[in-house]
Amino acid sequence: MLTILFDGIAYGMLLFIIAVGLAITLGLMNFINLAHGAFAMVGGYITVVLMNRHGVSFYWCLLIAFLAVGVIGAVLERTLYRRLYSAPHLDQVLFSVGLVFMSIAAAHYFMGGQQQLIQLPPELRGRIEIFGVGVGRYRIFITVFCAVLVVALQLALTRTRFGSQLRAAVDDGRVARGLGINVSVVFALTFALGSGLAGLGGAMGAEVLGLDPNFALKYIVYFLIVVTVGGTSSITGPFLAALLLGIADVAGKYYVPEIGAFIIYGVMVLVLVFRPHGLFAREASR
Amino acid sequence: MSTMSENAGKVSAPVTESVAATQLRRLSAWRAFEIVLWVAAFAAIFLLPSHMLVLTEIAIVALFAISLDLILGYAGIVSLGHGAFFGLGAYAAGIFAKHIYAEPVTGLFVAAAASGIFGFATSFLVLRGSDLTRLMTTLGIALMLAEVANQMAWLTGGADGLSGVMVGPILGLFEFDLWGKTGYIYCLFVLFILTCLARRLVNAPFGLSLKAIKGNPVRAAMVGVPSRRRIVAIYTVAAVYAGIAGALLTHTTSFVSIDVLAFHRSADVLLVLVLGGVGYLYGGIIGAIVFTLLRDWLSVITPQYWMFWIGLVLVIIVVVGRENLGRWHTFLPNSLQERLARVVNWRLGMKLRGEQ
Repeated sequence: MLTILFDGIAYGMLLFIIAVGLAITLGLMNFINLAHGAFAMVGGYITVVLMNRHGVSFYWCLLIAFLAVGVIGAVLERTLYRRLYSAPHLDQVLFSVGLVFMSIAAAHYFMGGQQQLIQLPPELRGRIEIFGVGVGRYRIFITVFCAVLVVALQLALTRTRFGSQLRAAVDDGRVARGLGINVSVVFALTFALGSGLAGLGGAMGAEVLGLDPNFALKYIVYFLIVVTVGGTSSITGPFLAALLLGIADVAGKYYVPEIGAFIIYGVMVLVLVFRPHGLFAREASR
Repeated sequence: MSTMSENAGKVSAPVTESVAATQLRRLSAWRAFEIVLWVAAFAAIFLLPSHMLVLTEIAIVALFAISLDLILGYAGIVSLGHGAFFGLGAYAAGIFAKHIYAEPVTGLFVAAAASGIFGFATSFLVLRGSDLTRLMTTLGIALMLAEVANQMAWLTGGADGLSGVMVGPILGLFEFDLWGKTGYIYCLFVLFILTCLARRLVNAPFGLSLKAIKGNPVRAAMVGVPSRRRIVAIYTVAAVYAGIAGALLTHTTSFVSIDVLAFHRSADVLLVLVLGGVGYLYGGIIGAIVFTLLRDWLSVITPQYWMFWIGLVLVIIVVVGRENLGRWHTFLPNSLQERLARVVNWRLGMKLRGEQ
């Protein structure tokens, strides 16, 4: 029982780390980026290649995945995404679905269609007993790591100069520009950070979520659920939504496997119908 | 609002009515390219006997894309889950043919009713919210339906698909043959009839009011367009169309795969529509031709990786700009452009009445 709860929390944390970048692009830049899952997938594949073929240690892989995917995100933002910020939503959807298709086929081409496995370092393997409950060490690692990240992100967004610049750019881009904030650079950096976090999440999740070419499509729904249910006006909203989703999904698959993912989709539709701005959103200011 | 327009009508009834009627008639007159397209489609029965299966597929995809065009092109509702209605129609037709009655035209009506009811029920969910909310709601509904089909294996065959669907002769007269000729004629007739109905619908005041809603919902409401009712109506009609397209697929293949509800179907149909152009119905047909041929060609060259190129096409379309795709003819020399415009805009019967 508690094990499931803990697994759910770890799973939710992971979802949050990947989805937070999506929350930023969706909520702050108003860009429907369905290709976000593809960034996470790239992070996962980078880890797999580096660990299995070049023997790089797992922790370095996490860092490299974060940086590499962040760079990829920045490049794509500068070259392609930026043109579409003001495009109709249909265009954004088509564009990002196109990217997803390309990434799936590319993953097939380079890595093959099979599930990729990684060998965790020995200190993260196995389970330990906490208060009589068996808990996977890796889950603890994920939970602690992600909790630290969440706090850091929240502090970065509220306490640092960059955070206030970002919030200003989002609240009113024109005025922010007038105050001398380079809005497009702020957005590019934020986009890079978001993609980097997705890459990091994908790298960490390779062991938990599984990794095959359909990852980009399979999990994007979950990330979107996190963002739409959690609302996009804060970090805490998506965070709570991710935790809820993680626990509900793990528990649902354990207790009532015959219903499967049905409940989650149903709850999402209901939330969207009754609270179109998300469960934890303050009333839309604009 | 209604009394106002009645009063206005009394003052200048003959003038306004005749102007409006003429304009509507002009809109709904048959154009040259439509006639050519349909003649070609029917001629293909005799001219391309070895390509019946591809043509059948094109006809089905075209109908599906037309149904999406009704909500996307006319009402401006972005949907990522339109495949739900397609799949529902396919399953309804399959289950009906397997267990109850094998005659396909009856099956079409059953499938249309099933997805129509489902479309009506879910249409209230797309009334509210932004594009993103609508995307997620439609996507969520489609995923739920796929999950249901997967879990209810006793009825739908689950992941193995619904096999053993025996489809009887059409109207008890025409047996489906091995080469798919009957199937193509069947699909083409359904496509033709439904396209005519859709033309009628969108060129009527109903269609114009939809365009008004798409253009500006607030203003549309101000001139007295009941936008909620209109959206519910068109969403239901689109669901019926998609359901019939799904039923056609079941009838021509005698099989329903769980794949009919997969996400990529909803994404593909968006691509089809965008390839052909949004908002004039024939975009669905032209897009279906281009898409199917493109995919067949790509899957011959790179059997496993055609998805990559489809994705690339999508990205390029968006980066180039959808509206520029429709303006390709502006790159032609001027004289050719004029001639083209004259041919395309030629309308049946207009010359005779001396209105052009």
